[in-house]
Amino acid sequence: MKKPLTTETQRHRGFLCFALLCVLCVSVVNPVSAKEAAPLAQDEAVEKRMVTISEELRCLVCQNESLAASRADLAQDLRREIREQIGQGKSDKEILDFMVGRYGDFVRYRPPLKGTTLLLWFGPFALLLAGVAGLVIILRRRARRVAPANLSAEEQKKAEELLKLGESELKP
Amino acid sequence: MTRFLLPLGIFIVLVAFLAIGLNLNPREVPSPLIGKPAPAFSLPRLHQPEAKFAPQDMQGKVWLLNVWASWCVSCRQEHPILVELAKTGLVPIVGLNYKDQRADALKWLDRFGDPYTLSIVDAEGRVGIDYGVYGVPETYLIDKTGVIRFKQIGPVTQDVLEKTILPLVAELNK
Repeated sequence: MKKPLTTETQRHRGFLCFALLCVLCVSVVNPVSAKEAAPLAQDEAVEKRMVTISEELRCLVCQNESLAASRADLAQDLRREIREQIGQGKSDKEILDFMVGRYGDFVRYRPPLKGTTLLLWFGPFALLLAGVAGLVIILRRRARRVAPANLSAEEQKKAEELLKLGESELKP
Repeated sequence: MTRFLLPLGIFIVLVAFLAIGLNLNPREVPSPLIGKPAPAFSLPRLHQPEAKFAPQDMQGKVWLLNVWASWCVSCRQEHPILVELAKTGLVPIVGLNYKDQRADALKWLDRFGDPYTLSIVDAEGRVGIDYGVYGVPETYLIDKTGVIRFKQIGPVTQDVLEKTILPLVAELNK
């Protein structure tokens, strides 16, 4: 009866080690995440507005990321700036204008409609229209090309014979 | 013959667009501040923290505002060019030490040379935000009335200096 007991204690010890490892991991990881989460906890409403605004903005350091998602230093500074401006009671539009005034229309994922952005907004539709027009022209031309061939009576007869021959050959 | 000419034409146009597009630098975002007055600020100086500097202090002069930091690798690339430029005395350079540690910044200037008429400290990067700084180094050319006339994003190269900055400085100094 002694053998199963030892495996039991071994398993027990293994579990203890695992638990200890878990505790270690948590205690090592926790201070880092707690530090990063600190500004989030300050005011949920401000934070929510900050995220909605910064999702509209491009991070200029890593251009394919939004200001909300970026971990770049500048993005953190700009989020701080947005937070502070919300605290000062500025409207979303005022904050967006602040960013555009410094970094240009490029910071906005949805740039305003104006002379310089016309091509950006309507270019794809213009290309689509051109494509459709091209397709229509080509299809019409093709329809004209397969216009019925004028067969003489003799040719017609021969064609029918050939068709019949083909059919009879197909039959088992 | 036209059957082949049309696709070929479209292809050539496409290649031209791609060639232009691929040669543009997406990192260079045109600054909306060009032609506008340089944002005001008042910041402590690097060498004399008690003393302050504001852009109005340079009123009546054409000057360069160069954003740099000791942690910035590309700043090292442009630094010798700035040091050489400072020796010619053609245009005063004010350094904006961006999000840096004072000790590191001073050590850096000791090691690589100090081309700046004076350096100012923007430890939190707030003035940087006002100037639309998003990648150090950046250099602004500001005219006698305090209007930004040109912005170089990334290191100043010999080419940019000779072909753009210096001719513009000469023109603005007239």
